[in-house]
Order: sequence, then C-alpha cells, then structure tokens
Amino acid sequence: MNTGITLSATPSTEGFTPPGPGDFNLPPVGPYSEFEFLGQTMYLGVTKPMLQLVLSGVLIVWFFYAASSKRAMVPGKLQFAGEGAYGFVRNSMGRDIIGSRDFMRFVPYLFALFFFIVVNNFFGSIPFIEFPSFSRSGMVYSLAVMSWVIYNWVGIKKHGFAGYIKLQTVPAGITGPMLLLLVPLEAMSNLLVRPVTLALRLFANMLAGHLLLILFALGGEYLLVHGALLVKPVGLLAWALFIGVAFLELLIQFLQAYVFVLLNAMYISGALADEH
Amino acid sequence: MTGSANMIGYGLAAIGPGVGIGLIFAAYINGVARQPEAQGRLQSIAILGFALAEALAIIGIALAFVL
Repeated sequence: MNTGITLSATPSTEGFTPPGPGDFNLPPVGPYSEFEFLGQTMYLGVTKPMLQLVLSGVLIVWFFYAASSKRAMVPGKLQFAGEGAYGFVRNSMGRDIIGSRDFMRFVPYLFALFFFIVVNNFFGSIPFIEFPSFSRSGMVYSLAVMSWVIYNWVGIKKHGFAGYIKLQTVPAGITGPMLLLLVPLEAMSNLLVRPVTLALRLFANMLAGHLLLILFALGGEYLLVHGALLVKPVGLLAWALFIGVAFLELLIQFLQAYVFVLLNAMYISGALADEH
Repeated sequence: MTGSANMIGYGLAAIGPGVGIGLIFAAYINGVARQPEAQGRLQSIAILGFALAEALAIIGIALAFVL
C-alpha cells in the first residue's frame, strides 16, 4: 500500500527478510498436492498442525483416563492432579459463571474446550513441536463457530426465537427513540461480532507471540553474523529478549485458553439469563 | 505498506490498550487494598478485563505484520 509518506532513512537490510505470516504455512508431511486459492498455495495433505491436533486429543484422553482409573477414596498424586484440573474448570468457570442450577450440562463442553486449547497452545513452547496449532486461523474459527451455535441454540431453546432475539438486542430499561440506535448496535455486537472477536483474540495472540519469537531468533542471528563489530552485542540482547518473551508466551498461552472458555461460559449464561 | 508506516501505526494503536490495562489493574489493586478477602473474586474479573483490552493491542501487532 502506498501511503504517500516518504520515509527517508530506510535502514539497509539487504539480505535480511523479516519473517511474516507466510512462515506459518507449513508444508505437509508425506505425499501431497497443491492448488491455488485466492492467490495462496493450499496444500492437500497431512500437515504438522493436523498431526498436532490429533496428538493433543490423544494426550488429553490418555491423561484423564489414567487419572480417573483408580477412583480411590484417598487420591494418589495423578488422581489429585486430574481432579484438580477438572474442578478448576467445573467450579471457577462452570458453576460460578453459569450458576449452580444448570451448569452441569455445559461442563463437558467447557472442560474439553479448555484442555484442548491449553494443550495446543503449549505445543508452541514444547521443544521439537514448537508451533502453536492455533496460529492457523481455520482451526480457531471452527471453534468459535461451534461456540456460537451452542450459545444461540441454548438461548433459542429456552426463550423461543423471538424472545431470544429480544433478550439479546434490547437492553433492559430502555424505551423510546434510543431503541432505534441501540438495537442494531446490540444485535451486531451480541449476535455477529462475538464469534469473530472470540476467534480473533486467540488466533492473533498465538500468531503475534510466535512471530515475535521468530523475529527475535532470526534477527539476533542476522545481527550476530552480518552486523558490524559494535552491533554484534545487540544480537545477543535479541537472544536474551527471546528467552524473556518465551516465558511471557507461556503465561499468554494459558491465559488465552482461560479467557476463551471464560467468555464462552459468560455468553452461555447470558443466553440463559431470565427476562429482566 | 511501504516503509515502516505499519509499525508507526502499531505504535499509535498500542497507546489505547496500554492505558486501558493500567486502569483495569489500578481498579483491581484498589479493590484488593480496601478488602483483601475479595482478592479471589476480583482476580477473575481482572484477568477477563485484561484479556479483552489486550485483544485490541494484539490485533494491532498481528495486522502490522500481515499488511
């Protein structure tokens, strides 16, 4: 895009191509075929993020099956960890947000969603797998569409279609001409924009975090190898910042999974809320 | 975009979420200082507010790299 601003003092970076979102387009393992779609090469094959999703499912099922197999009254360490993990989702996200009356219906979905997202996010920090599977937007939007279908379905089943639309678009206690301004705004915000922001938050966090790590690693290497003598310590600084940002990424990965499931629970509880 | 206009745009766009997150955690610290028993209940609200405000900054940096 030509912005019309002439920026003099462009740095001379011949030889360093900065990383971009194209670096996240991993080629498939094994045999594959290509096709062009909207100017991008798409691969028909089994790619590494696909294998990661399957691996995360296998790991979660294996862990919780092993944690719940003994069912002792006095739990051992594995059972305690499993119960603690399950209780975290069930209590702090299910019961406290949706309410103690009808939260048990949604606990399986929230629990599976939380651990699926957490394990896939942490794949971005585990050696040899270093790729957060949700830095590919398709997977995130499917989760967001599923959440959207669920909270709308639940709301429509409880209130009826007209009642549910009224609940979501008309805020309480407002009458008169203000409604003309507020109803389209609320309708767009509650019914259309929510899945997009839900998905975009998770996807952009994973993409930006991993891109930052790639930038620090590649930039530090370029500065160390090709920089002038006084510039070389900046490369080492870039690598030290890489380690710092990697720890920040661990926190962000857990936090984004927590916020995704928390917002899901809040949307479900908002759809189930009684009439004002 | 040519040049580094997208990074200038990201720098400007990060002012808003920075102020917002500061306000959220200022309210959290105030609340816990007045009533330390409320820390558990306020913490989840603070984390939720932080993630919502941070989302805008993250969209900014993601689009700064993409465009």
